[in-house]
Amino acid sequence: MTKSDLIDVIAHRQSHLAYKDVELAVKSLIDHIAQALASGDRVEVRGFGSFSLHYRPQRIGRNPKTGTAVRLEGKYVPHFKAGKLLRERVRSGNAAIVPARTDAFDADGD
Amino acid sequence: MALTKADMSEKLLEDIGINKRDGKDIVEMFFEEIRSALERGHQVKLSGFGNFDLRDKGERPGRNPKTGQEVPICARRVVTFRPGQKLKTRVEAYVGKRDPETR
Repeated sequence: MTKSDLIDVIAHRQSHLAYKDVELAVKSLIDHIAQALASGDRVEVRGFGSFSLHYRPQRIGRNPKTGTAVRLEGKYVPHFKAGKLLRERVRSGNAAIVPARTDAFDADGD
Repeated sequence: MALTKADMSEKLLEDIGINKRDGKDIVEMFFEEIRSALERGHQVKLSGFGNFDLRDKGERPGRNPKTGQEVPICARRVVTFRPGQKLKTRVEAYVGKRDPETR
């Protein structure tokens, strides 16, 4: 499932709203979560999970091409911990895992 | 302060003028649809944010931490989140230089 699939499903369920508004809402929602993390805040959604930041201390890395050692500064990375309900609902899944297709109309570069 | 679902629907009202009730429904559906896709075994990709992937873990030996008794941990499926480059960059840009002791 991609972002556009998610927008389609919600727009279908909320048919009294304009598609464009649902699209804006989903994008704004995702951006709100990203913004909270970028400001160092946690995000907690009961039954879904929580997003927080984990610290990665500075380390000596290597340029894979030249082999030169480079010092990499400490940084924060986003982390997600699935909530109880999500873990339980996923746990016993045994159907083949279906990869999401690429979001053709929403290429943000990931 | 942690961001909650109430903050999210509040923001939809402020930014797009979606009323409280619809905002609450959209936020609820957003998380429910992701859960439901994952439950059906579908990977979820939110470009610009990250991917929710599924991994099948085999059975492995475990231990009851209280009693020390060996109990097998049965095979299961778990959700992992892989943040996208854009989210990683945003997070690094804002708090990358902050002292870990203050967090």
